[in-house]
Amino acid sequence: MPIREFIDILSLWALPSIILIILTVALVKKVAIYEAFIEGAKDGAKVSFNIIPYLVAIIVAISMLRASGVIDALALSCSGLLDKIHLPADVLPLAFVRSLSGSAAIGVFSDIVSNNDINSYTSKLAAIMLGCSETTFYVLTVYFGAIGVKKYRYALLTGLSADLIGIIMSIIVARFFFI
Amino acid sequence: MNYIWYFLIVISIVFGAINGTLGEVAKAIFTGTELAVKIVLTLLGIMTFWLGIMKIAEKSGIVEFLSKLLNPVARKIFPEIPKDSPIIGDVAMNFSANALGLANAATPIGIKAIEGMQQLNKDKNSASDPMCTLLAMNTAGFQLIPATVIAILAANGAENPTEIILPTLIVTSTAFVSAILIAKLLKRIFPPQKESEVTNAD
Repeated sequence: MPIREFIDILSLWALPSIILIILTVALVKKVAIYEAFIEGAKDGAKVSFNIIPYLVAIIVAISMLRASGVIDALALSCSGLLDKIHLPADVLPLAFVRSLSGSAAIGVFSDIVSNNDINSYTSKLAAIMLGCSETTFYVLTVYFGAIGVKKYRYALLTGLSADLIGIIMSIIVARFFFI
Repeated sequence: MNYIWYFLIVISIVFGAINGTLGEVAKAIFTGTELAVKIVLTLLGIMTFWLGIMKIAEKSGIVEFLSKLLNPVARKIFPEIPKDSPIIGDVAMNFSANALGLANAATPIGIKAIEGMQQLNKDKNSASDPMCTLLAMNTAGFQLIPATVIAILAANGAENPTEIILPTLIVTSTAFVSAILIAKLLKRIFPPQKESEVTNAD
């Protein structure tokens, strides 16, 4: 399969080639690359430690929410409505979880794939939904945590609206391609 | 954020009590803190490495080059950021890393961009308009090839795992463009940032 090979090569080379380009251009321009690296890297620890309180606050809350089972209960209670919009009940937890936690989303996806035929509409829809998701809560927490911003204004609403559009579009596109 | 955080916790506790999972909910406090620390430790290493690499990119003029290259587009998306500011170069590199699926590189670079925006911010406690737009770009999860998902599909024996590339690309580009448009729309609806302590009915 040529597409598979192309993707494997791209995933393999993306990172190394970026680093190679940056270092080579820098060396040609006579930048003291080692000194520059150390100078920039010094800030790494400071920024990461700034994030800790924000991350603990949000990850504890999300872990609690997941442990309570409320997401699964919600998914179960609206399964009737879901059939009408071609969203299989199995996929709904993924729709919720993908905004909250990246590792949990991959876990839910693996569950879906093992409980359904891998070549079914359900698995493919879940794959698309996972492929276009970014954990909104995590991104906001880390970015705003790094600079100490506490009032998010419309950032969360924007992120969640985009997530919702992603979910709706996933269903439309999956139906178009795979039904 | 105060209300959201409160509701996340209250719903967990109340539902946990009804559902009989209160024990798990309490335990989740500790697993949650552990997970947070684990993430920060991972981030610490990645962050240190990429901030180092980005300093090299900055000094060699790559960031500036990208800033100039993307200036016409950036003017539309980030009208608040001054012309030829290195922040635009950081945003461009953050976007490219995301597009290539390099989340580990994208986060530190994105944080560098938002730090630059914080220097221009007039109220350091609240998110400025360019910050909201930057996060819209990042939360939409734009990615050319969903390599992780393809790997999981392939590992589970899918017939043709790469067939999800095109549909995913359509969805993710739509979400990406909508996120930016939504940010632009909400910017007009939400009250503007306060200068600092100047009161304005909340």
